[in-house]
Amino acid sequence: MMAGVAEDEEKWLSAGITGLQQNAFYMHRALDSNNLKDALKYSAQMLSELRTSRLSPHKYYELYMRAFDELRKLEMFFKEETNRGCSIVELYELVQHAGNILPRLYLLCTVGSVYIRSKEAPAKDVLKDLIEMCRGIQHPVRGLFLRSYLSQVSRDKLPDIGSEYEGDADTAMDAVEFVLQNFTEMNKLWVRMQHQGPARDKEKREKERSELRDLVGKNLHVLGQIEGVDLDMYRETVLPRVLEQVVNCKDEIAQYYLMDCVIQVFPDEYHLQTLETLLGACPQLQPSVDIKTVLAGLMERLSNYAASSAEVLPTFFQVEAFAKLNIAIGKVIEAQDDMPIYGAVTLYASLLTFTLHVHPDRLDYVDQILGACVKKLSGKGKLDDSKATKQIVALLSAPLEKYKDIDTALKLSNYPHVMEYLDNGTNKEMSNVIIQSIMKNRTCISTAEKVEALFELIKGLIKDIDENLQDELDEEDFKEEQNSVARLIQMLYTDDTEEMMKIIHTVRKHILTGGPKRLPFTVPPFAFSALKLVRRLQSQNENVSGEEVAATPKDIFQILMQTIEALSSVPAPELALRLYLQCAEAANDCDLEPVAYEFFTQAYILYEEEISDSKAQVTSIHLIIGTLQRMHAFGVENRDTLTHKATGYSSKLLKKPDQCRAVYACSHLFWLDEHNDMKDGERVMLCLKRALRIANAAQQMANATRGSSGSVVLFIEILNKYLYFYEKGVSQITVDLIQSLIELVKQEMSGENTTPEPATDAFFASTLRYIQFQMDKGGVVADKYKPIKI
Amino acid sequence: MVLVLALGDLHIPHRASDLPPKFKSMLVPGKIQHIICTGNLSIKEVHDYLKTVCPDLHIARGEYDEETRYPETKTLTIGQFKLGVCHGHQVIPWGDLDSLAMLQRQLDVDILVTGHTHQFTAYKHEAGVVINPGSATGSYSSITYDVNPSFVLMDIDGLRVVVYVYELIDGEVKVDKIDFKKTTGSNT
Repeated sequence: MMAGVAEDEEKWLSAGITGLQQNAFYMHRALDSNNLKDALKYSAQMLSELRTSRLSPHKYYELYMRAFDELRKLEMFFKEETNRGCSIVELYELVQHAGNILPRLYLLCTVGSVYIRSKEAPAKDVLKDLIEMCRGIQHPVRGLFLRSYLSQVSRDKLPDIGSEYEGDADTAMDAVEFVLQNFTEMNKLWVRMQHQGPARDKEKREKERSELRDLVGKNLHVLGQIEGVDLDMYRETVLPRVLEQVVNCKDEIAQYYLMDCVIQVFPDEYHLQTLETLLGACPQLQPSVDIKTVLAGLMERLSNYAASSAEVLPTFFQVEAFAKLNIAIGKVIEAQDDMPIYGAVTLYASLLTFTLHVHPDRLDYVDQILGACVKKLSGKGKLDDSKATKQIVALLSAPLEKYKDIDTALKLSNYPHVMEYLDNGTNKEMSNVIIQSIMKNRTCISTAEKVEALFELIKGLIKDIDENLQDELDEEDFKEEQNSVARLIQMLYTDDTEEMMKIIHTVRKHILTGGPKRLPFTVPPFAFSALKLVRRLQSQNENVSGEEVAATPKDIFQILMQTIEALSSVPAPELALRLYLQCAEAANDCDLEPVAYEFFTQAYILYEEEISDSKAQVTSIHLIIGTLQRMHAFGVENRDTLTHKATGYSSKLLKKPDQCRAVYACSHLFWLDEHNDMKDGERVMLCLKRALRIANAAQQMANATRGSSGSVVLFIEILNKYLYFYEKGVSQITVDLIQSLIELVKQEMSGENTTPEPATDAFFASTLRYIQFQMDKGGVVADKYKPIKI
Repeated sequence: MVLVLALGDLHIPHRASDLPPKFKSMLVPGKIQHIICTGNLSIKEVHDYLKTVCPDLHIARGEYDEETRYPETKTLTIGQFKLGVCHGHQVIPWGDLDSLAMLQRQLDVDILVTGHTHQFTAYKHEAGVVINPGSATGSYSSITYDVNPSFVLMDIDGLRVVVYVYELIDGEVKVDKIDFKKTTGSNT
């Protein structure tokens, strides 16, 4: 059915064009032979094609454009005619003899154009006459195009100030009147279209109306360009008249389009000065008008205007722009009760952007807007409207982007309240936005109070908010999320040690609510944050003596002990062990022997009871030995207990090579370079002998099980350790011992069952090279090494 | 001229939130041919970031690394030099040059890159050069007080390597350089 109509329309348009062209042809012939009478006859016939009712606006426009082109030529002819002596007044009279009204009026406008240019009559009089005459066409499409024609030909002939057609007027009032009248009439015609025809064609009609809207809007553009329209004229005449028409026409489509047009066409300075009038029209519009988009558009323009230069800002304050916009929005939201949530939030978001541009220092305004938002949202529970939540995220992100410093956002009392209305997923998303903003700007959060406020905001990441709702967050995403929380903890810092202590307490309080899933991510950064504070207190205590300090390293170690303990609920024994050892070392540096011992005890318990994986054991043992080796705070008894255990663990590792290596590493426990009372050559030797025994056993096992001799590398490693301690002056290491080990290695390497291993060979070679190097050094070192034969 | 970046002990996110911005802006993709990393990144995100700086990435396992499959030690040849990398918590006493020298002999490398102490060092000893690039983020260490963020760039050219160390001190990047020469090529 529709296809059929479209086809018909094409046919009619073709027919119309053909008719038009034919008559144009004859018209041209008449023009060429200066035959005015015929020219008028054929032009009238040509224009009759425009009398059709069959074409949609889109097609009618095509026809109109052709007619328009032809009329230009006709106008030129009329001009030449008057040069040749024909009276323009007579011409004006003559064209009115055309039979049908529409062609008559087109011709009249065309002659009118020449008339005005001749200046034989004031422009305003001719225009007045023409615009009155146009009333004769009440058909919407035809009337709109006719008036559009009138507007086009009169455009450059308006009695504007400074124009040649000014006449004796000293304002552009006449020009304005003319355009306003045309606008009013055109709008009426346009609105009338809405009610023509059966209800079922409403959609089609609205589409057609949409095609015609620019014809109506053009008048506003013309008004905007009239020189004589200054702020006063705009405020007193133009705007009130335009708004009057907009409100009175009571047509949704017209109102929406024209409000937007007014905002886009006229300068922002004018809008600022007429804000009350403009906004005052809003509640008077039809309830179905999408006023929020209009207002959002206005606020965006004004925001950009404010951003364009600092000089314009005082005007904003002067006209109290914020107050007016705020009130207007409030009224609109109140009036449109059924406005969807996302509409209201969009309005607030636009107002917020505006405020951030114009009044960035007025946090109270920003908070006010958030408060209004909360009020609108209250009673609705968590939102599940994705459009709305998107807008809320935009609303909440704007202050973060503007203020860079999270401190400012934390001062907005309504900020967390708004976040409450987000569903869990979006809440987390927003929390992430907040964290990213902090990380990007590298701002430190420097008081416990702010930390508390911040953690309150991002609580969705810190703990499970809804006990029953298990987040189906994918593991990777969860890790990423918690890692960003960990990074955030690094940013919670202040130089003031007392305040830092409070921050530590606050952080601890919150991370302990995170549950076993989160502790492995949050406890380590907390721990290191605390250890850094210990260090600062250390250096502080060195400088400041006798003063009461609120926080002591001991207090912090206590907190650390309790917090690391929480990892047992995960369980995360390897991580806990590492942290205990870190704390032990820090306690050692503070000379807190019992504290350090306690940390070691906890580490050992974990090792014995929780760490059973061989590879994990090897690493843990290295960490234990490495840490213990650095301890100087222990008295003999404690030290002995711990080293005894360590060596015990070492010899009980699963694989023989691992045992061997751990045991010879233990030898370093008995020889501390910086402390002469911790140099026990006897026990060093014991360790090395034990390591040698294990290496032998490993060798034998390899022989027995694989038929080949195992790797000789362990022997070479022990040899290197011999050399190490020999140089340090451990008397129990004699040249003989070294020599026999060298011989053993050589023997093993040249044995029948040995598979040559280049790595091992290279190691031995470089060891021998080292010995030679030491021999060549000269002096005391060389003396030591000379006896060795390689 | 081959550029090798050596860095490690970033400890992100446990002890640091990110590389210093001044370092990040220096590490432009495409300029470096190899990266040697001493470990303790410690999360995948850091690994991915380093990959964007240079795809030829060699990492040794640190005790806090999330990825447990990094090797304990790794060796590679670049030009005339054999390089080895090991985090260093396995070599006791920690930071002890002689014990590290033993590891160097064992791996049979000209340049040994290790970390763990968060302290930049570059020693030459009989078996070769030991380089510790420090901590690229300046993170807390139980071993070293007052850690400045640092990393090392090695320029390997024939038998010569110039070691540039970049340290962030009081907000400014300071550069120092050390020259090392091999006596013979690595073929025996």
